[in-house]
Amino acid sequence: MQEIRAPITGSMWKILVAPGDAVAEGDEVAIIESMKLEIPVETDDDGTVARIHVAEGDAVSEGQLLLELDE
Amino acid sequence: MVEKVLVANRGEVAVRVVRALRELGIGSVAVYSEPDAGAPHARLADEAHPIGPGPAAESYLDARTLVDVALRTGCDAVHPGYGFLSENAAFAERCAAAGLAFVGPSPEVIEAMGSKTRAREIVSRLGIPVVPGSEGPVGSARYAADEAERIGYPVAVKASGGGGGMGFRVAASPDDLEAALEAVRAEGTRFFGDPAVYLERYFEDPRHVEVQVLGDGEGAVVHLGERDCTVQRRHQKLVEEAPAPTVGTLLRARLGEQAVRIARHIGYTSAGTVEGLLVGDDFYFLEMNTRLQVEHPVTEMTTGVDLVAEQLRIASGLPLTVRQEDVTIRGSAIECRINAEAAHRGFIPSPRTVTAYREPEGEGVRVDSGVALGYAVPSFYDSLLAKLIVWHESREAATERMLEALDDFELEGPDTLIPFHRHLLRSRQWRAGGTARDLLGDRTWLKSTAGAAARAR
Repeated sequence: MQEIRAPITGSMWKILVAPGDAVAEGDEVAIIESMKLEIPVETDDDGTVARIHVAEGDAVSEGQLLLELDE
Repeated sequence: MVEKVLVANRGEVAVRVVRALRELGIGSVAVYSEPDAGAPHARLADEAHPIGPGPAAESYLDARTLVDVALRTGCDAVHPGYGFLSENAAFAERCAAAGLAFVGPSPEVIEAMGSKTRAREIVSRLGIPVVPGSEGPVGSARYAADEAERIGYPVAVKASGGGGGMGFRVAASPDDLEAALEAVRAEGTRFFGDPAVYLERYFEDPRHVEVQVLGDGEGAVVHLGERDCTVQRRHQKLVEEAPAPTVGTLLRARLGEQAVRIARHIGYTSAGTVEGLLVGDDFYFLEMNTRLQVEHPVTEMTTGVDLVAEQLRIASGLPLTVRQEDVTIRGSAIECRINAEAAHRGFIPSPRTVTAYREPEGEGVRVDSGVALGYAVPSFYDSLLAKLIVWHESREAATERMLEALDDFELEGPDTLIPFHRHLLRSRQWRAGGTARDLLGDRTWLKSTAGAAARAR
């Protein structure tokens, strides 16, 4: 299980994957809006999206768990 | 003179305006969003009122609430600062309709200059060069291609309602044009509610130079010299200086005369800025900003004119305190924007809590700051935390003073541009008065500006 955490405090603007989706290292899985910029959230590893812990529009804090991947 | 002013803004500019109000003995009312409760601007003002949650659309951009607070608290004027509603003609109108003096130009002038295509038309009719570009917005891709051929590549594609680096792409050749048009249309729609785009010649290494003007609305207009704001990232300014290193006395007089001519022609009231590109000695008009600018302190430091105090006097119907013949430019001033950003990581923003804070002090050193120890920098707004401004007799001496002040500026918690500025001001490019465009585009160099190494002299 791999955890993807928010790289920055902001608001969850877009979630680009759904549970069951296969992702590869470096894929953009979400976009956080912070300080008037869009900050992409990328995976560090290949895997399958297992759980998503946030919804679009949610406030997120730096380090917060966003989603989990099964390897 | 106005007696009580609502400051419709936040952060360092709200602090700056409240300070001016206090100095002039004018009452001050601050407003704050939920995450800004207890922010320095709110604490410094005589009164502070909550106006809604974090998102700007529900707080600092809520014109009706702002006017309501102003009326409820007995204000007779509103200072909009910069950004937010400062260039919103409908807000200026709403203030006027409520009997509040808007500290800025008339809604008609804001409207005329707010549309970049209209502003270009007005200025070129005065015989002042504008950056070669399309005649108004380009509707079809085919018309855009024809116009781009006429203007010459590379071509900048810009959103009509754009600004602050949003809604801008460069097409290097006809092959890139369609993608650039589509991208900018999408950004224009999303950020400004306006899909209109126009084209301009794109210059490789121009300087960004702007002229500060003041008008009293009764025909008196003066200029206070120019600022050079060439050092930018994502088309947003990072370092500004006055005077511009490549502008001499004759060119200054010409730029000033042109800016005054524009301001006089449109009946300009309050402080405004004529922005353009300088390619050699050729100045091309870009736009006029109908508000106070972030970088106004460098002009204050070199001319001794308090621009916010002048704005407040003008809004009160009083004449300017300066005549053109009294304006002298003395020494050299530099401003470094202390943004919550990590330059070494592609300028990624860093909205965190301030865990250590100490401002530099000393002769010729000024700090305009919107943060304090313990303040949690919100993620809802732009990343400008504070501005460090220094003055000295020469550009070289001012650079040395800035480097010392940067070393003395303690700001921990968020990543900031302090290490970036330390590197930049020591660079050969800066010292030679170059544009430093190569450094700003150099990822390796940007990475080298990371924290610790920067301290070594």
